[in-house]
Amino acid sequence: MTKLLEIRDLWIEGRSGDDWHKIVKGVSLDLARGEVLGLIGESGAGKSTLGLTAMGHVRPGCRIAGGSIRFDGQELVGASAQTLRDLRGRRIAYVAQSSAAAFNPAWRLIRQHCEAPVCHGVMPRAQAEAEAVRLYGEMRLPDPDQIGFRFPHQVSGGQLQRAMTAMAMACKPDLIIFDEPTTALDVTTQIEVLAAIRDIVRNHGAAAIYITHDLAVVAQMADRVKVLLKGEEVEDAPVREMLANPREAYTRSLWAVREFQPAPRDPAPASPPLLKIDGVDASYGTHKVLENVSLTVPRGRTVAVVGESGSGKSTTARVVMGLLFPGAGKVTFDGAALPTTIGARSRRLLQRMQMIHQMADTALNPRHRIREVLGRPLEFYLGLKGREKEARIRELLTEIELPPDRFIDRLPGELSGGQKQRVCIARALAAEPELIICDEVTSALDQLVAEGILRLLDRIQRERGISYLFITHDLATVRAIADHVVVMQHGRVVEQGDKDRIFSPEHEPYTDLLLSSVPEMDPDWLSRVLDQRRAAAS
Amino acid sequence: MTHWLFHLPSAPLSARIGLALIGIYAILALFAPLIAPYGEAEVAGAAYQPWVAPFYLGTDALGRDVMSRLIYGARNTVGIALITTCLAFLIGTALGLLAATVGGWVDTVLSRLIDVLMAIPSLIFALLILTITGASAAALVLVIAVLDSTRVFRLSRAVAQGILTMDYIEVARMRGEGLGWIIRREILPNASAPLIAEFGLRFCFVFLFISALSFLGLGLQPPTADWGSMVRESARLISFANFATWQTATFGLAPLLPATAIAILTVAVNLVVDWVLHLSSGLKD
Repeated sequence: MTKLLEIRDLWIEGRSGDDWHKIVKGVSLDLARGEVLGLIGESGAGKSTLGLTAMGHVRPGCRIAGGSIRFDGQELVGASAQTLRDLRGRRIAYVAQSSAAAFNPAWRLIRQHCEAPVCHGVMPRAQAEAEAVRLYGEMRLPDPDQIGFRFPHQVSGGQLQRAMTAMAMACKPDLIIFDEPTTALDVTTQIEVLAAIRDIVRNHGAAAIYITHDLAVVAQMADRVKVLLKGEEVEDAPVREMLANPREAYTRSLWAVREFQPAPRDPAPASPPLLKIDGVDASYGTHKVLENVSLTVPRGRTVAVVGESGSGKSTTARVVMGLLFPGAGKVTFDGAALPTTIGARSRRLLQRMQMIHQMADTALNPRHRIREVLGRPLEFYLGLKGREKEARIRELLTEIELPPDRFIDRLPGELSGGQKQRVCIARALAAEPELIICDEVTSALDQLVAEGILRLLDRIQRERGISYLFITHDLATVRAIADHVVVMQHGRVVEQGDKDRIFSPEHEPYTDLLLSSVPEMDPDWLSRVLDQRRAAAS
Repeated sequence: MTHWLFHLPSAPLSARIGLALIGIYAILALFAPLIAPYGEAEVAGAAYQPWVAPFYLGTDALGRDVMSRLIYGARNTVGIALITTCLAFLIGTALGLLAATVGGWVDTVLSRLIDVLMAIPSLIFALLILTITGASAAALVLVIAVLDSTRVFRLSRAVAQGILTMDYIEVARMRGEGLGWIIRREILPNASAPLIAEFGLRFCFVFLFISALSFLGLGLQPPTADWGSMVRESARLISFANFATWQTATFGLAPLLPATAIAILTVAVNLVVDWVLHLSSGLKD
């Protein structure tokens, strides 16, 4: 096989303040024509940075400190802007993670699609447009003749991601770089996009670098996988070999969250449920988002609410927390009807239920030090002051496994994503609640960090008997920690029951679709699921 | 808030220059009676003396020492501008944050009221009010502060609306925090960067506005020395000056002295504000 891309001993540095720190440390990479390489690692591993250098591009604030990048025999390190411009978009294409942010919202899709082929002089506009329609069809976009004439906000996220892949194919490139193309999508959408991407890459015989943090996804897409950790290569092996027999402990830990098992619980005590939602409707303006939702949360147990985005999971939480006024139905907390607005709830009642948000970044005031973040609920609900408060803050920090002396005076900006989420958990715990609503608390985190958070939540529940209403779209998480599962779609509860019952066969078609769409650690999973669905449809 | 004094040793040169200039102005303003060689309204010699000792910057039409009047002018003009800007920020920020946080009809009423106020050309509006109330220092401060608070209102409301979408505001609301806490502790620290930047800019505008009013005769009243009226009094001299020799040319430069004083202070304030802004936005991320 001839080498399309050869990266040798590449060093990349990024600037922070006045000094440079190394992001990629001497990584080498080979890619043959038509080969698909998966780059995998947690955030900060340097996988996107490495992927971008394959186009000879480094992000602003970064620089190539050493090494060489040869694309089809041509050196890209130190190549002129003109040389790079000739390659990019024509022979090397890039598909970004957030297609919604990568498309120009002011232009129709097809106009953006035709930009590269026309600018590079590959083909005239009319031919490029005809070609675009053909590619849209190939990507299985609905109504390929017309969809190109829509604006980016007029198509769904999954369609936009496919349109972006089609755009990358416009000049029939030799190499495509996919940077987490399905990370922001729901599982049910992800499977369609994965199938479309895989087929188009195979049919055109293009080589690809597929960047992701999800090993199960990479198993479907790649021929070979390279695992990165903190800018260094951990392992590089053909995908089947790595899955069957990972050499390094770090590689094995990448699917840790899928194997996390909570400590067993005592059988449920026969006490009345803590939270009961009964026939709740809710709407934003005239748009109805919840319809007749009913569920119960028992004491000391975890109820997981699953569903794709827009299914009403978070809205249910907002109704419970008093942020959204329910149009109908009743919410009961500990046997008493819950007032519908925050203003009508007593401080004692507010204290008993707390919420943890998905984005710890925006849930912590960037100007408040940890001392203040944790101190406020202690002062506000429990009336703690001075030394007592300080001692309790330190206890809480110890409980979330952050050394108090090092962390108590930090600002949120000085914490990592996982540490921020731990602080949010501590803030909820500070109030000594009986119910905590966890709104996608692990979705923005890496697998390993997410696993740590789940362990922490599990331990807290065992020690304090707190109930969780756990909102997530990630079924691996549900499998790990839920006792009881509620499946939602289009603002309705499709199915609910014990975890074991939901995860065993014989259930609602939607639950089936949702469950079967979760990628598995099996390179044949995607083909198998698609075959099954095709067979079921015919 | 942003312990900017703490960062003083690492301040860039531009900020140091700005601080030094402001310091000089402050000393001149505070100790004006000790520094100035003559009294504020004292007729010290003949009219229109050239720039020679003992009148290093000459005398004006009434024979008052220009240097002394410049020094006293710092006290009057800068002092009033500072008070006015602070007052404008107090009113504007309080109302702006309130309107954004409470929303609903409070926001609508306040915003429309501010719109009406902004629709009237401020100079003409100020002239009108000051003609009615008389041009006392208190009236001057109040009128300009109210007129200027409209801009501050708009800015603080817009900034607060961005901050209000953040989850930590939701967290505070769910905790049951009152309006006061949310505005003071959650929103204000995050809105400070743009507000500080605006403060520097507003201060300069207020300063120029007072000078403009004085120039039109409705600002500080004679014989109080202030830079705006000093420009007005000597403006005509430019056209009469004889620039043939240095001695006679100084006569024509008279209006430029207070104007330069205004310009230098404006630049100095902005140098410092740039730095404080850099500091506070740096703390943000």
